[in-house]
Amino acid sequence: MTAVRVAGVGLTHFGRHPDRTGRDLFAEAALAAREDAGVPREDIEALHYGNFMGALAERQAHQGPLVAEAAGLSCPATRYEQACASAGVAARQGIKDIRNGENDVVLVGGMERMTNLETAGVTESLAIAADELYEVRAGITFPGAYALMARAYLSQFGGSREDLAHIASKNHHNAVNNEYAQYQREVTVDEALDSPPVAEPLHLFDACPITDGASALVLVSDEYAEEHDLDAPVAITGSGQGGDKMALQDREHLAQTPAATKAADEAYADAGRTSDDVDVAEVHDCFTIAEVLALESLGFYEPGEAIGAARRGETTRDGDRPVNLSGGLKAKGHPVGATGGSQLVEMTRLLRGDHPNSDVVADAEVGLTHNAGGTVASAVVHLLEVVN
Amino acid sequence: MVDTGYDEWIEAIGAGEGYYLDCPEDHGSLPPRRTCPHCGALELAERPLPESGTVETFSVVHVASPSFADDTPYATGVVDFGPVRLTGVIRGIEFDDLEVGTSVGVGVEESETTGEPVVVFRPR
Ligand SMILES: [Zn+2]
Repeated sequence: MTAVRVAGVGLTHFGRHPDRTGRDLFAEAALAAREDAGVPREDIEALHYGNFMGALAERQAHQGPLVAEAAGLSCPATRYEQACASAGVAARQGIKDIRNGENDVVLVGGMERMTNLETAGVTESLAIAADELYEVRAGITFPGAYALMARAYLSQFGGSREDLAHIASKNHHNAVNNEYAQYQREVTVDEALDSPPVAEPLHLFDACPITDGASALVLVSDEYAEEHDLDAPVAITGSGQGGDKMALQDREHLAQTPAATKAADEAYADAGRTSDDVDVAEVHDCFTIAEVLALESLGFYEPGEAIGAARRGETTRDGDRPVNLSGGLKAKGHPVGATGGSQLVEMTRLLRGDHPNSDVVADAEVGLTHNAGGTVASAVVHLLEVVN
Repeated sequence: MVDTGYDEWIEAIGAGEGYYLDCPEDHGSLPPRRTCPHCGALELAERPLPESGTVETFSVVHVASPSFADDTPYATGVVDFGPVRLTGVIRGIEFDDLEVGTSVGVGVEESETTGEPVVVFRPR
C-alpha cells in the first residue's frame, strides 16, 4: 500500500485572536505547512478542511473554497464538520485519497474562531454537538455532558476529583515551553481543585479553554517524497474511525467510549501495531475525564484503571508513556475544528525532533493521536511512525 | 418550531402518559424514529414508559447555555427507565441529597429562562 508521509506542518498560535478572520488564521497555518514541506503550490491536488461552528461564529458556511483561496490554492476544497473531530476526519480523508492513488499531495487541517463570541454564544454553539431534541432541550451543555460521563465513571470505578486535577496539572506543565499553546503556565493540583464549578463534578480547570486557531499539514505519497527528495521522516501508518449513538442516553456505556476503541482497533490493525508499541500519545482531553476515557479506549489501560495514571506518574513526561506533551486541549487550547490537525502537527514535530518536548521522547518511534467528536459519538485515531 | 414525533412525545409525558418505542426484539428507543437503532427492525410500537426510573448519572450545572441561563444552578441527569433512558432536569431534591440510584418519576415542566417545556424528574 502507498505510505503517507508528512511533508510539512503548520500551526497558528492557539489562543485569543478575536479580531482575526478564520480565513486569515487558516492561511497562516497553511502557508507555514507549505513552507515547511517545500512543495510547489500547484502540486497540491486537494484541500480537506475541518471546521465546526463557522456558520454561527462567522456567519460563514461553504468555507472550503474560501480558505483554499486564502491559502493560495486552486484545487478542490471540502469542509468536514464532525464537531470536535472535524480536522481528524478531514485528515483521514486526505490520507485515504493518497493511499487509494487518487492524489499524491494534499493539504489537510482545520480552523476554528471562537473568542469573537460571548461565552454564552460559545456555550450555545458547542451544545449543538449534542442531540438537540433529547439533550440540548434537557439543559445539557458540552461541559454538562462530560460531567455526566465523569459522574458515571467515578460512581462505577472510583477515583476522585484530585485524580482529575493531576491530569490538568500535568498537561499545563507540558505546555509551558510550547510556543503555540494558549496557556504556557503551570497549574497546581490545588489550584485546579479550588477553581469554580462549571458542571459538577467538573470545575473550570477540568475544562479546555475557548480558543481561536488553525492547523495544517502537507501530506504526500511515498513515491512523491522519493521523487522530490523530500525530508519527510514521519509517516502516517494507521488510520481508524469509530461511531456511537449520538445521545449519551442511547449508549450502552456512560463511562466508556467504544467509538474510540473501534477507531483505535482499526488504526492498530492498519499499521500492524498494538497499544504496547505506542511510545507517546496526543489524546482528546477537552475535559480531564476525557483523557481518562481515551486512555482506556485506546487499550493503554483496562476500564477503571486510567483515572490515576497522571497521579501515579505514568503519563507524565518522565513516565513510561507520556500523554499530551503538547499541553493537550487543556493547556494548548481547543479551537474545535482545528484540533485533530494540531494533534498530528504536534506528534509529527515530537517524532521529527523539532518540538520543544522532543527530548522527552528522544527514542520514540510510534506516536498515536486520538480526536473525538461531541461526547465521542465519533472518534478518529491515527498512528504515526518514524520511517526515515 | 414544530417537531412532529417529539412534540407529541413530550406532550404525552406532560399528561402522565409517557411512552417509548419498542421493536420486536424489545429494544427501546425514542421518537421520532422509523427504524430500531439497535437491530434495524421497522415495526416499532408505542409502549407505556415505566412509572419510575433511577438516576444513573447527574451533574449540577453552573454555566448554562442562554436558554437555561436563569435556571442555574440546576441538576441534570440521565435516568434509567429499563427499556430506555431519558435525559432531563432534576428538581425537588437538594443537590447534596442527590445521588446515583435515586428513584424518580418523570413529567414536563417549564424552563425558568424561556418557559419552554423541559423533561423534569422528581423524586418519588
Ligand atoms: Zn431492535
